[in-house]
Amino acid sequence: MGIDRRSFFQLLGVAGTTLALGKQALAKPSNDIGVEFVGMLIDTTRCVGCQTCEAACSESNHLAEQTGSPEPGKIRPLDETKFTVVNAYNTSKGEIYVKKQCMHCSQAACAAACLTKAMHKTEEGPVVWDGKKCMGCRYCMVSCPFEIPKFEYHSANPKIQKCTMCFERLVEGKIPACAENCPAEAIQFGTRRELLHEARKRIVENPDVYVDHIYGEHEAGGTGVLYLSSVPFNGLGFNTSLQKSSYPELSKGFLYGVPSVFVLWPALLLGLYEATKDNHVKTTENE
Amino acid sequence: MSNTEIITAQQPAFNIWKFLKEEFKPKGKWVTPFNMISLPIMFLGLVLIIIRFWKGIGSVTNLTQEVPWGIWIGFDVVTGVAFAGGAYVLTFMVYILNMKQYHSIVRVTVLNGFLAYVFYAGALLLDLGRPWNVINPIIGNSFGTSSVLFLVAWHFLLYMIAQLIEFSPTIAEWIGHRRAHKILSGMTLAAVIFGITLSTLHQSGLGALYLMAKDKIHPLWYSEFLPIMFFVSSIFAGLSMVIFEGSITYKVFSDQVTEKNHHSHHSIITGLSKICAVAMFAYLFLNVLVFVHGRHFHYLTTPMGRWYLVEMVGFVLIPMLLFFNSYRKKSIQLTKIAAVVTMVGIIVNRLNVTVIGFKWDAVSHYYPTWMEIVVTLAVIFTEIWIFRWVILRMPVLREPPTWAQNSH
Repeated sequence: MGIDRRSFFQLLGVAGTTLALGKQALAKPSNDIGVEFVGMLIDTTRCVGCQTCEAACSESNHLAEQTGSPEPGKIRPLDETKFTVVNAYNTSKGEIYVKKQCMHCSQAACAAACLTKAMHKTEEGPVVWDGKKCMGCRYCMVSCPFEIPKFEYHSANPKIQKCTMCFERLVEGKIPACAENCPAEAIQFGTRRELLHEARKRIVENPDVYVDHIYGEHEAGGTGVLYLSSVPFNGLGFNTSLQKSSYPELSKGFLYGVPSVFVLWPALLLGLYEATKDNHVKTTENE
Repeated sequence: MSNTEIITAQQPAFNIWKFLKEEFKPKGKWVTPFNMISLPIMFLGLVLIIIRFWKGIGSVTNLTQEVPWGIWIGFDVVTGVAFAGGAYVLTFMVYILNMKQYHSIVRVTVLNGFLAYVFYAGALLLDLGRPWNVINPIIGNSFGTSSVLFLVAWHFLLYMIAQLIEFSPTIAEWIGHRRAHKILSGMTLAAVIFGITLSTLHQSGLGALYLMAKDKIHPLWYSEFLPIMFFVSSIFAGLSMVIFEGSITYKVFSDQVTEKNHHSHHSIITGLSKICAVAMFAYLFLNVLVFVHGRHFHYLTTPMGRWYLVEMVGFVLIPMLLFFNSYRKKSIQLTKIAAVVTMVGIIVNRLNVTVIGFKWDAVSHYYPTWMEIVVTLAVIFTEIWIFRWVILRMPVLREPPTWAQNSH
């Protein structure tokens, strides 16, 4: 839709309060207070599949103890009681373990989808959920390209469940439970900029070990969780065909068009009404 | 009508509560085939709804973490709202374009549209996990303005109010309140203009809901033009519903309709069939453009591709030709067939986007449970019950009382 931000706000001014609907269509890539988003760098070449992160996650989030262990060819999915799982993949470089959890997108589709701002991107970076606001519509689940938010279908008071990057621990000055407890140092916590820097350094210093791709640097407009790998990511269960721009971008055009319709339509309809009303009077006079 | 007449006509003994009490009593026969079929289903639906709120959504639906929206959204809301589109198209024709020949079916269409929205919004509540928070985006403690669903929610609410205002003169005629009738009739044009604007945005908004599900919907149905597709198809979806519903209502409530309106109904249906045909032509043309532009030829040999062809040829091209033909031959029978085929096509299309084509490549597919279908039927039947209740009492199909006729 051929309308830029400037003309959008001009229209907004013209149309008044009813038009506030299209406002703030997107989460910004960085936050207002100038604090950098935090994230995690997961190095799949270091992961040994010990599942310590799973146990730490369950304990920290008061979830049931997890069952099963990573086996190649058998994908253990995330669900409402598992915020992170480790899966194994058979590759040309042997068995590789991949930890999966919320990607904490810089411009999160789930947050843009939420009509009550229950799901939201915090100023620090984690994407978290607020039960007091959520109406349980599950539009976040429809929108998330990584299919992360999970819903408690068998509860009368259901919650949306997903990894929060241990936001409560971050507030206390701690780091996420999985990153703190990883014995293989496969999970590094830090600001997104530091992590990208570190990831690039590892690729440059060990070109034989890593493929030249940081998953999450550009995918879905950039994510808070970044991955390194020794084999192409599509062999590790990653969706590599995700668009490079953010997902909220997809409905931006529509939302920016809303104010124009709200201004133009009533005027047009009133004009049509006046025009055809005269016709009607004329024909009845002629009769 | 002079002023003195009006004053004497208002009986001093008229008691509104007594009147309403009388009106709320059932009218007509109880043992009818429709009642015998609908009552058990409505009762069963109620039981299932109680279970749903007691044990959670998963206890009655087949929804999964991958497919969080099933037929309660894909059929009840998305398809139902498309069918309710007849109200905005007809009010546009009658009140904006002054096509007076369609005036006799405006009331019943607006009533249908209003009830559809009330019940589909109601069905939406069943699908919400935490419905007690449904008020949050309305009262303003948490405006998720970046969400298409926020826009759709507000528009549903506002459009229901607009439709109620459009319909309200009928209610005023029913209870015989002349002052209210005059005031409410004066608000019709404003409500119509507001209503058409809202409809444009939320009919397309329902398509825009799925824009972020880019990787989940089959490429033959996903495009950035989903909002426009949904809007254009709502025109002929709504009108087909008007034709279909009209052909039933005019038969079932035949005694309510004057001879004159019975006669004009034929020319109305023929006129609508022409509009449907043209709207469908535009829709088909848009689909061809999107298909060619998206370079989707290689999908045509896949099962989903053949299903796409079935939809486009069987449920758009063929009913379009039927509509054209029925208009040329002035054949009511053909128009009705075309309307029914079109309606099936709209159901197919909306389900293709929301359910069938959604996560089409997943290992396990979503199929609705029988319980989801029963609840859907219960919602539809309840709506028809209310519709019948209103038709039998208010001057919807029959002529308004003589005192109200001058104000139109």
